[in-house]
Amino acid sequence: MSGALLLLADGRFPAGGHAHSGGVEVAVRAGLVKDADSLAAFLTGRLHTTGLTAAGLAAAAADGFDPTGLDEAADARTPSPALRATSRRLGRQLLRAARACWPDPVLDGLAAAHPGGAHQSVVLGLAARAAGLAPAEAALAAAHESVNGPATACTRLLGLDPYQVVAVLARLAPELDTVADAATRAAAEAVRRQDAWPLPAASAPLLDLFAERHSAWKVRLFAS
Amino acid sequence: MHRDHPTDEFGAPRATAPTELSGGRRRALRIGLGGPVGSGKTATVAALCRALRAELSLAVVTNDIYTTEDAEFLLRHAVLPPERITAVETGCCPHTAIRDDISANLEAVEELEASVGPLDLVLLESGGDNLTATFSRGLVDAQIFVIDVAGGDKIPRKGGPGVSGSDLLVVNKTDLAPLVGADLAVMARDAKAQRGELPTLFCSLAEPDGVAPIAGWVREQLARWRAH
Amino acid sequence: MARALTAAAAPVRGELPVSVARIVAVPDTREDHAGTLLPVLSGAGPLALRRLRAGRGPAPAEVALVGAMAAPLGGDRIAVTARVEAGARLRVTSVAATVSLPGPQPGPAWYDVELTVAAGATLEWLPEPVVAAAGSHLQLTTLITLEAGARLRYREEQILGRQHDWTVHGRPGRLTSRLTVRQAGRLILDQQSDLGPGAPGWDGPAVLAGHRATGQLLTVGLPFTEPVPAALPVLAALPGERESPGEGQGAVALTLPGADARLLLAVAPDGLVLRRLLTQPADPS
Repeated sequence: MSGALLLLADGRFPAGGHAHSGGVEVAVRAGLVKDADSLAAFLTGRLHTTGLTAAGLAAAAADGFDPTGLDEAADARTPSPALRATSRRLGRQLLRAARACWPDPVLDGLAAAHPGGAHQSVVLGLAARAAGLAPAEAALAAAHESVNGPATACTRLLGLDPYQVVAVLARLAPELDTVADAATRAAAEAVRRQDAWPLPAASAPLLDLFAERHSAWKVRLFAS
Repeated sequence: MHRDHPTDEFGAPRATAPTELSGGRRRALRIGLGGPVGSGKTATVAALCRALRAELSLAVVTNDIYTTEDAEFLLRHAVLPPERITAVETGCCPHTAIRDDISANLEAVEELEASVGPLDLVLLESGGDNLTATFSRGLVDAQIFVIDVAGGDKIPRKGGPGVSGSDLLVVNKTDLAPLVGADLAVMARDAKAQRGELPTLFCSLAEPDGVAPIAGWVREQLARWRAH
Repeated sequence: MARALTAAAAPVRGELPVSVARIVAVPDTREDHAGTLLPVLSGAGPLALRRLRAGRGPAPAEVALVGAMAAPLGGDRIAVTARVEAGARLRVTSVAATVSLPGPQPGPAWYDVELTVAAGATLEWLPEPVVAAAGSHLQLTTLITLEAGARLRYREEQILGRQHDWTVHGRPGRLTSRLTVRQAGRLILDQQSDLGPGAPGWDGPAVLAGHRATGQLLTVGLPFTEPVPAALPVLAALPGERESPGEGQGAVALTLPGADARLLLAVAPDGLVLRRLLTQPADPS
């Protein structure tokens, strides 16, 4: 059953992620991310904030929590309008790929209910469910996605040694497990209580700031 | 134009994108334009828009390396109203966006169809890239590869997926051939060797109506698309 | 899933907070007494409440939070609730920053704020910053419930350590917070932050990038400042910033889901700059 997880979490899964930097393009231009160490610090912060939040939403969706409620919870957890738009756009792109891979009436229903796109984390959870994956696997895929995209973007933006970058990701792997565990437990509690409150809502002020700045740039390499 | 065949030259199935919109109307024909930096892709798109906009409902999607540069060129030259031009960011990697992960481009095309449609033709321009960049058959119905004589007359001989497999090869800037010492006859012979029966057009967009042969080819594709 | 999300869940607590200070503001309906009355104004434990100004006419009633003793200390559980009823106007400030200090026992202090604003009522909640001293851990939970048509201006400033904490200890305390806002039953903002030693990545380039102050001004149905700035820049850069406008700090105005709700979010090197970013968003120079 992990075969589907590898497919879903693969950076080459055609869901649009390759064109997004997760804020790292701004951090690079601001001089805040400039080498493997500062990239590691960036990714650690991202993983434990928006990564954790996305993992919780994905796990809850995979655990059968009502997607409409999760979409509202995701909106409230995303104060930046630029990030809300990005998340919905990526959600729509992911849904396109997921429906091709794992045809499922639930995915069709989600597409119909959110023509402008549902939040990426919610789609990820439902795609995982359609693929027969467990909530913990959905959480892990979301946590992975939260750091893998920015790391790849950073390789392109800074021309970092790809072996250094992949080593940064390898050192983060145990923390991915920790975050996915916490997210999965929170999701189970949310499902048990039928309430999104237990889901993580972790945020990072600079990621919100970066996203708004990025959307105002005239010239940029990444879509976000 | 490969719509006539269920498989490509490698025996793989053709485009998976549905060819009909909801409501049963046939969607717009999608033509991709790729080629090296500076060969004249954006100029070709601009010239095609001018040549065809009176007779067709058109839209353009650009895949720039720097987001909006090509889109802004098109806007500045007012070849189409701004709402008919969309720029897709490619994260430093235009060929990923047109070949490996086409989702953002599909979104852009569908959004154009929804906002300014019905459309007859959508032109998708790749950011200038190397000779290996080609469009996915899931994204476009036909693709034009644009090279120029100033890039050297050996490009057709070198081949590559764009040169050998595109539905139309355009060799632009023929007016410069004497200046750069390029031999058009050699280029034509090499192109023929690489492409077999696939067409190659030599043109100079700098000349009045230089785009006419390409526009004619596009009209043929559209006629076949509609008849199919 | 309306059922799950409108069932205004309270934070899970092992036990109830020990000390709950309460404010209730109601419109003064007596003839010739248009204004706001405060029928409930009760301090508790380390939190005293002082009436600064009666609410006459359109002016709000004003109350100050006063720290009656050193608090919160580790292990403390304090809470304040304010309810503003339809037609009433209340402004709450504090006389000094709230400094979170390590207590006699390890473990965090808990500070819960619960604000409820009725339709047609106005609450301005503008306390001084919360400062996390070295060795302390404060868990701050704020739950805001707005009826449709309620107006709010809510400021929250978090300072990681006093100068003393950095020079002597080389580190601040930890601040863990959650801010949840519902408007007409709909969740419009829910965010947690975890800053200071022990919080992964908190001083890295995704979270604070070495800055020591962050804060936000949330407004619903009101402008960020009065008078209304002529043109609020989407992105306020700081003065003296080199090169392309200091992407790593500044303020940004975010439009929230929900009706007429905006969040001004700021990251700054210190509390002074932070306050300026939150009070003069129209004047970045």
